[in-house]
Amino acid sequence: MAILDKHKILETNATLLLIFSFLVVTIGGLVQIVPLFYLENTIEEVEGMRPYSPLELTGRDIYIREGCYVCHSQMIRAMRDEVERYGHYSLAAESMYDHPFQWGSKRTGPDLARVGGRYSDEWHVDHLRDPQSVVPESVMPKYGFLERKLIGPENIDDLIETHRMVGVPYTDEMLENAAADFRAQADPESDYDAMLERYPGAQVRNFDGQPGISEADALIAYLQMLGTLVDFSTFTPDANR
Amino acid sequence: MSKKSQKFEGDPKTTGHSWDGIEEFDNPMPRWWLWTLYATIIWAVGYTIAYPAWPMINSATAGLLGWSSRAAVAEQIAAVEEGNASINAQLVEVALTSIPDNAELDTYAVSAGGAVFRTWCAQCHGSGAAGAKGYPNLLDDDWLWGGDIEAIYNTVAHGIRNEDDEDARYSEMPAFGRDEILEPEQVDQVVNYVMSLSGTPQDASMVAAGAEVYADNCVACHGEDGTGDREQGAPNLADAIWLYGGDYDSLTATVHGSRFGVMPAWTNRLTEAQIRAVSVYVHQLGGGE
Repeated sequence: MAILDKHKILETNATLLLIFSFLVVTIGGLVQIVPLFYLENTIEEVEGMRPYSPLELTGRDIYIREGCYVCHSQMIRAMRDEVERYGHYSLAAESMYDHPFQWGSKRTGPDLARVGGRYSDEWHVDHLRDPQSVVPESVMPKYGFLERKLIGPENIDDLIETHRMVGVPYTDEMLENAAADFRAQADPESDYDAMLERYPGAQVRNFDGQPGISEADALIAYLQMLGTLVDFSTFTPDANR
Repeated sequence: MSKKSQKFEGDPKTTGHSWDGIEEFDNPMPRWWLWTLYATIIWAVGYTIAYPAWPMINSATAGLLGWSSRAAVAEQIAAVEEGNASINAQLVEVALTSIPDNAELDTYAVSAGGAVFRTWCAQCHGSGAAGAKGYPNLLDDDWLWGGDIEAIYNTVAHGIRNEDDEDARYSEMPAFGRDEILEPEQVDQVVNYVMSLSGTPQDASMVAAGAEVYADNCVACHGEDGTGDREQGAPNLADAIWLYGGDYDSLTATVHGSRFGVMPAWTNRLTEAQIRAVSVYVHQLGGGE
């Protein structure tokens, strides 16, 4: 086999070896990654998905900042034990507005893909403050400082613009009202109808039960939304998966 | 120090490479290893034909076996459901109160309910159902909304003070201090009176005045003797069992700002059979009436 004899040229020339190795890895990468961008069934169509509301998006940033994804996944796999414990298996569409996605790779704690509505807000406050007070066997650290750190919508415009840049369909209207929507969602006394119109299914409450908007408010708003958006009554699984 | 490489009769051929005089024998791979390699390559080709693999124009090849992870999980779930179908149907049909009379059904409901409890309820009520501060203990005889099987079933199905279920149990104690219904000293007095119902008040001199405040503001829900009212989820204040603490500070916080414990409704997440099973499980824990 004449072509194999030419191997010596690569083996004795480091630069050439590097270039050809790179080529091989590139081809492997292209074959695996490129089809996902053009295959029609990569992200199935579902009813109910929408971009995150400003408060949820802020909460999601706190989730990432605190490294929650290190111990919690957001990916219910299509296996019976997972579906019975956590709910319907996750769909690609459910993380299509996630940049970056929060699937995680390890479950020291439980999966959070459908944690929304599973516990009361008060439970979340108690649990963030002192996880062992409600789940004695838990090894989760305490996050009580979140409820003491008050936040405002100072960065929300930049945050939404950044997400828009990477393809999340935030409208101009959403951007203009971001600061107001941010405040409205944490205040049940506010005029939140317009916010709900922009972000259907968003929950309006004083999530941490304390005056002011704290990081805990944002994080709990995010957690209480997780996995609740897709309308599974209209969902039919694509057989080809 | 240099030593010339020695070659012997019968040595295998070298690879032909020579680095600073060092040469390498060209020993063949062990046969078993090589054949395993070839076998895995052939297996891989067959595998990609049998299972979903190659990306095409619109979708990936489906594979000759027609396997899909989603169909597989649906099948597994259907198989378990089918296996339990008859006993679940029985569980849903019979009257809740009659379940303990049927030993087989009762055993099934208790173990199925235990699994449901440990998955969905233990995070608040504790894995042993003893609860925590703010999350009711389900082992004792003290029930906020009733401890017979029907009452437990209704609580599990519709939850308490949630926004998702119209039939959720609902009541709200006024925030007597925060909303300035009572003066701070009146709050103090009534707290002392409530403490006196089951123990020792912080300041016995306030009890008499507290009884008056109690009679004017609290009787409608908590009853004249402080034993509460399950119709409204008003706790018994005379039994020394406290959800949020019975010490002076906790009671002051309760009277001042009220409490608003929420429990989710489970009708949308659990099946009717699961809700009935977990109700039976909770009912037999010790406090069931």
